[in-house]
Amino acid sequence: MTDTTDTHSDPAAEAVAASIPERCPVTDLATDYDMFDPEYLKDPFSAWAELRDTCPIAHTERYGGSWLPTKYDDLQAMAKMVPVLSSKSPIVIDMPGELFKEDGSGYNAAAPISADPPEQNWTRRALLPHFTPKAIAPQTEYTQQLCHDLIDGFIDKGGCDAAVDYAQQIPPRIIAHKLGVDAGMVDDFIEWVRGVLELGLQQPELRAKYRDIIRDFFAAEVADRRANPKDDLITALCQTEVDGEFLPDEVVIGMCNLQLVAGIDTTWSSIGSALWHFAGHGDDRRRMVDADDGLWGTAIEELLRFYAPVTMARNAAEDVEYGGVEFKMGDKILMNFPGANHDPDHFEDAHEVQLDRQRNRHVAFGIGIHRCAGSNLARMEMDVALRTWFERIPEFTLADPDAVTWAGGQVRGPRILPVTFG
Amino acid sequence: MKIKVDAEKCEGHSRCYSLAPELVDVDDLGNAFELNGGEVPAGLEDKARLIVDNCPEFAITIEE
Repeated sequence: MTDTTDTHSDPAAEAVAASIPERCPVTDLATDYDMFDPEYLKDPFSAWAELRDTCPIAHTERYGGSWLPTKYDDLQAMAKMVPVLSSKSPIVIDMPGELFKEDGSGYNAAAPISADPPEQNWTRRALLPHFTPKAIAPQTEYTQQLCHDLIDGFIDKGGCDAAVDYAQQIPPRIIAHKLGVDAGMVDDFIEWVRGVLELGLQQPELRAKYRDIIRDFFAAEVADRRANPKDDLITALCQTEVDGEFLPDEVVIGMCNLQLVAGIDTTWSSIGSALWHFAGHGDDRRRMVDADDGLWGTAIEELLRFYAPVTMARNAAEDVEYGGVEFKMGDKILMNFPGANHDPDHFEDAHEVQLDRQRNRHVAFGIGIHRCAGSNLARMEMDVALRTWFERIPEFTLADPDAVTWAGGQVRGPRILPVTFG
Repeated sequence: MKIKVDAEKCEGHSRCYSLAPELVDVDDLGNAFELNGGEVPAGLEDKARLIVDNCPEFAITIEE
């Protein structure tokens, strides 16, 4: 685990930032939004509100170009434009041709999230039984113990980095436990996932490097399970039959990659955002100290709504018109589910966190056939992580609000989050 | 009061199941279906409205 005495730096992120040319200031959000602008990362909400009123499907030429819908109804409709808005390339910045691998093996990097029907359908059916509420429930106890163990490691220090020392440590261990891979590699998993999804978004070579590391790692794990079946998810996937045939190795490897990449920094972002909220909003924090199950239930959903971390991308598979916009074949669309969650047409006082919000049809996990397969696992982790934290550390505040940093691009959440206890 | 889950619209978010396991259950893919033929027991009408209002797929409707 990272030493808590030095919580105010993020060398990997700083190195990537330093390698990128200075960004031009944004003059017009509707035609030039910048998903990596530090100001946008701190407060995307006001940008979405402005766009909803002026140009609800914005466009930018930055980073290869993309579209950004901001209204709930548009996100609902566009999520169902399958497969015209294709999911085959869910990362918004394309890998340059020379780094792209098409080896003819049928490898899909992360099915079902990176697949369209019919491949999406059978890969999803193979994966979902492992992520229903009933399938997740047995992992609650392990998660509680893990959270207590993490807190034991820093509670006597009077403070910690709630992102690095806590939020970031939970999902990789849960995923490792579920897949049946070595939990001692958690620091590697964190580095790989950030390399692919966060830091690698603007650094194609970095992304390709970690993509290959992850693939090689799971190829070895899958080969091992074929030879030595265990009681774990990799084995279960290896033994899953579709139309009388076992899932091919390449499909299982892709599914493992998906769980690692999509199951880690997404959930740690949600846990981190929630702790950031409570550290900076004393009234809400005090309210949760003696919260009952009902309030915890609505609070988790409200925090998911307000701080929804994930924005997946779609690709126009052909020229298509929607909402007055003519998308050209190959155009990238950022499925701005976080923006939909702030649409005042669907959420009363959308700009306020209301921990007891009863009507909450939020779309933090996406909608339609690509709904996050791990949503029930993420909810359980968030629930246990926050309740355990509050049980042990009911009083905490931001140690240095200016030190907080937010990762952006397609997964938004705090990456440096120093808090003081008491 | 009766509820109806539209199996074509349900994508397995399981929000209804977590809010009202007395009214719905989920299958092995996490997709919801009504219990008691959709009949809402007396006293659970508010819960029925709650699961309608929390379904991100607009998949649940009430038939009075």
